[in-house]
Amino acid sequence: MPIEANGKTFETDEEGYLANLNDWEPAIATAMAEAEDCTLTDEHWDIINFLREYYEEYQIAPAVRVLTKAVGKKLGKEKGNSKYLYELFPYGPGKQACKYAGLPKPTGCV
Amino acid sequence: MAKKFMYVNRKPPYGTIYALESLEVVLIGAAFDQDVSLAFIGDGVYQLTKGQDTKAIGQKNFSPVYSALGDYEVTKIYIEKESLEERGLTLDDLQHLVWEDEDDDWAEKDSIRLVSRAELADVLDDQDVLLSF
Amino acid sequence: MSLLHTVNKSPFESNTFDACLNLAKSGSTVLLIEDGVYAATTGNSVADKIKNTTDINFCVLGPDAQARGIEGKLAEGIKVVDYEGFVDLVAEHDAVQAWL
Repeated sequence: MPIEANGKTFETDEEGYLANLNDWEPAIATAMAEAEDCTLTDEHWDIINFLREYYEEYQIAPAVRVLTKAVGKKLGKEKGNSKYLYELFPYGPGKQACKYAGLPKPTGCV
Repeated sequence: MAKKFMYVNRKPPYGTIYALESLEVVLIGAAFDQDVSLAFIGDGVYQLTKGQDTKAIGQKNFSPVYSALGDYEVTKIYIEKESLEERGLTLDDLQHLVWEDEDDDWAEKDSIRLVSRAELADVLDDQDVLLSF
Repeated sequence: MSLLHTVNKSPFESNTFDACLNLAKSGSTVLLIEDGVYAATTGNSVADKIKNTTDINFCVLGPDAQARGIEGKLAEGIKVVDYEGFVDLVAEHDAVQAWL
């Protein structure tokens, strides 16, 4: 299903992940979140932006365990745990947050 | 009880799919909390060369992924010294791979271990599971 | 009659490059592509083969050398060509022998 954002249409794969990483813009994350009844807060954006930076540097979407640890280091211990991340992204921080960030599904994430 | 898993990499990148496949399996396998190490021998050492730029061949440049291995708790990367020398390479031609030790205030530590053929033979001999690419 | 030879295997793990040199005649061109580009690097155990073969024109496919991060290690005198140059080489020669 293609996704509509900012008056434009963006291609996605069959699971709703953005087809082309370079197409991403913040409005896409907002639109994807709205479709899942989720309102993005600053805390969500911290994780989304973190994921985009991680991908930019390492060319992979990190596994949840790796994300958790890295978030703890970058954004503070109180955020580097799976409870915090799952509260923000109840469908799974790997799946849901990576999708909003325009990244592919994390390697090894089923 | 964690088992010792070693991924043995012998192929250069891009010409065949082996190098990328190995990396994917390493990342997936890292979820299983085992004692993982990687060995690069023969043309496998070319996987780690600096300055790879794949724009013109239309393939994904996966060389940046190696620097994420530390995050995946893959902290032992063995490079066979003889293989480097045969190819006119030194460690300076390869990426400098590190990991951050959470228990030591995130101190950066070297992941790469340059070993002789004889030393690597002993490391191989000590493994529980060997995965060959 | 002049042939263009292409070699796409690393000289360190295969005898393809040697097989090519055994049959490449004086005045022919050897184009190193894919993993074959490693044969064009210096300071290693195969570098002498190109150095000692002065009657063959050696070329390397630039995009494959860049992808592997070895552009700065190519032996002197080796011509680097892009995909268009590859096409030109094919057109300039009478036939192509691809050593696989």
